[in-house]
Amino acid sequence: MKILVAVKRVLDYNVKARVKADKSGVDLSNVKMSMNPFDEIAVEEALRISEAGKADEVVAVSLGVSQAQETLRTAMAMGADRGILVESDAELQPLAVAKLLKHVIEKEQPDLVLLGKQAIDDDSNQTGQMLAALMDWPQATFASKVEVGEGKAQVTREIDGGLETIEVTLPAVITTDLRLNEPRYAKLPNIMKAKKKPLDVIPVADTGVDVTPRLEVLEVNEPQARSAGIKVSSVDELVDKLKNEAKVI
Amino acid sequence: MNSTTVAAYEDIREGVRGLCSQFDAAYWRGIDARKAFPEEFVEAMTQAGWLAAMIPEEYGGSGLGLAEASVILEEVNRAGGNSGTVHGQMYNMFTLLRHGSDAQKQRYLPEIAAGRLRLQSMGVTEPTTGTDTTKIKTTAVRDGDSYIVNGQKVWISRIQHSDLMILLARTTPLEQVKRKSEGMSIFIVDLQQAIGNGLSVQPIANMVNHETNELFFDNLKIPAANLIGEEGKGFRYILDGLNAERTLIAAECIGDGRWFIEKARNYASEREVFGRPIGQNQGVQFPIAKAHINVEAADLMRWRACEEYDSGRNAGASANMAKYLAAEASWEAANVCLQTHGGFGFANEYDVERKFRETRLYQVAPISTNLILSYVAEHLLELPRSF
Ligand SMILES: Cc1cc2nc3c(=O)[nH]c(=O)nc-3n(C[C@H](O)[C@H](O)[C@H](O)COP(=O)(O)OP(=O)(O)OC[C@H]3O[C@@H](n4cnc5c(N)ncnc54)[C@H](O)[C@@H]3O)c2cc1C
Repeated sequence: MKILVAVKRVLDYNVKARVKADKSGVDLSNVKMSMNPFDEIAVEEALRISEAGKADEVVAVSLGVSQAQETLRTAMAMGADRGILVESDAELQPLAVAKLLKHVIEKEQPDLVLLGKQAIDDDSNQTGQMLAALMDWPQATFASKVEVGEGKAQVTREIDGGLETIEVTLPAVITTDLRLNEPRYAKLPNIMKAKKKPLDVIPVADTGVDVTPRLEVLEVNEPQARSAGIKVSSVDELVDKLKNEAKVI
Repeated sequence: MNSTTVAAYEDIREGVRGLCSQFDAAYWRGIDARKAFPEEFVEAMTQAGWLAAMIPEEYGGSGLGLAEASVILEEVNRAGGNSGTVHGQMYNMFTLLRHGSDAQKQRYLPEIAAGRLRLQSMGVTEPTTGTDTTKIKTTAVRDGDSYIVNGQKVWISRIQHSDLMILLARTTPLEQVKRKSEGMSIFIVDLQQAIGNGLSVQPIANMVNHETNELFFDNLKIPAANLIGEEGKGFRYILDGLNAERTLIAAECIGDGRWFIEKARNYASEREVFGRPIGQNQGVQFPIAKAHINVEAADLMRWRACEEYDSGRNAGASANMAKYLAAEASWEAANVCLQTHGGFGFANEYDVERKFRETRLYQVAPISTNLILSYVAEHLLELPRSF
């Protein structure tokens, strides 16, 4: 079995995002970038499935700028066998990413595709679902447990109000939630090995996929600074304020 | 070494940071309070291959150089940890790699790389000779297939958590050698065999929770096969290893320095007195800025030392200067950080007082600041010798 894992290069979760002066987006110059944390979970899950003897190849795929090769090396240092980058300097929105992944899937023919449920930069939470639709494959999103069997997988999903366990036939798309696993840290020998693992770079133009943005960003703003709170003297006052001032209950 | 080369170590930094994030400030604080040894941390560093970084790939290591080793130790200290618990293996490794025989490498390196043996200790310092190393009194006398060791050492670290020690002893009496630096040799000592059979260990309670000891040798027998290199040339081998050691210490200090600066910056930005953050006062800002400049300047000298060492050139001058600059800079940063924290700096839970104690060590060990100044004055500037 072959597993494809999608990994995105995003602003590191420890870095405070700053909006560009012209409000066109978040300033990414000279800031630390790293692998989207949900994708790390996806890589970890793919490796665990492979280490349990249920898969023989884990291929990491990224879509975006040339530096995303570093993200792929990170995935390979964790244990992925090889990497594929579809290189594009242009902004790639979820639909474009899903279409490009479809292009890669048609070539690679994986039995399972794992993605993070969302990327922490734009928080779209769309790519996995769109990909499943484009492939006409079953999807299991927000996975907190994955059990791969013969030709199918049992997936426990985090849904509003609890957990739901479903079975999907393979090939399928699974998107990972936070509690699925705790990703490993790369060991030094694996970091060194990752430098020698194969990494294919495919220019986006060679895919023939239309990646034109369908959404236009009008303006990006910093969230409003939080103002200081107040202390209430009784539960009644709290309930009153929540009801009549904040109007949240 | 330009900034792109330095950026090339980002994957190593990331890896070490990831590991260190599992051993947070509370972990180190707890170890310090209990005067314990961070066994879990050392084990994790071993298992993840970081302490075998310099062992060649054919022996199961990663075959990296001093630059990478320095980044590993820097990141441990940068993360608030104490690389004094693991650095011995890095220091010693160059001695074994450069001067050990093929048989010795074959025997020890794969075991060290696999994490089954630790080479964390080096026995040089003695109570009555101190920095004047050529006057050491510990002797190793050849007796058939063995050497018999007698004497005493002090401040020998990590003995209780190591399997092997590199020992410096006199094999030819001082009176019988032409130059005082001749007639000393280095040996690999199997500690498990030695302790209780001619070697006794007396722990020294100390300021920095360093597992460090006094050693007493009473007719300790070590196989002649454990002599490293040629008899009588041990001091030269040790000196060669010291350039690596000094560069690594410099990197540790730079890690400390960056930890202190960040801690001071954060606290100065948050702590409000007189209705504004204390960091808004230039009297608070400027010392932090100055310490930052000194840490970054020291870092440049550290890269010069790494580059020279790794390309096989003589790194003596830059390694010593890097160690001096970095130890001064980290101590300045420590002092500024403590001052910035006011009274809270003295509270254990801020970790500043612990790191303050830990970084202070590097002005004294493994070589004191004065001795570096003496080296620069007499060897680089060729001023008259004072000893
Ligand atoms: C925590 C700790 C761990 C250590 N671990 C190890 C270890 O694992 N292995 C090991 O071999 N050693 C170890 N050491 C020993 C360390 O290397 C020595 O303490 C250091 O080299 C200084 O030697 P000394 O303590 O004998 O000081 P001394 O030589 O007695 O010097 C005392 C002071 O006088 C100054 N001084 C001496 N002579 C001169 C001079 N001619 N001109 C100017 N100033 C001078 C020195 O700079 C120093 O400040 C450790 C020490 C400590 C504190």
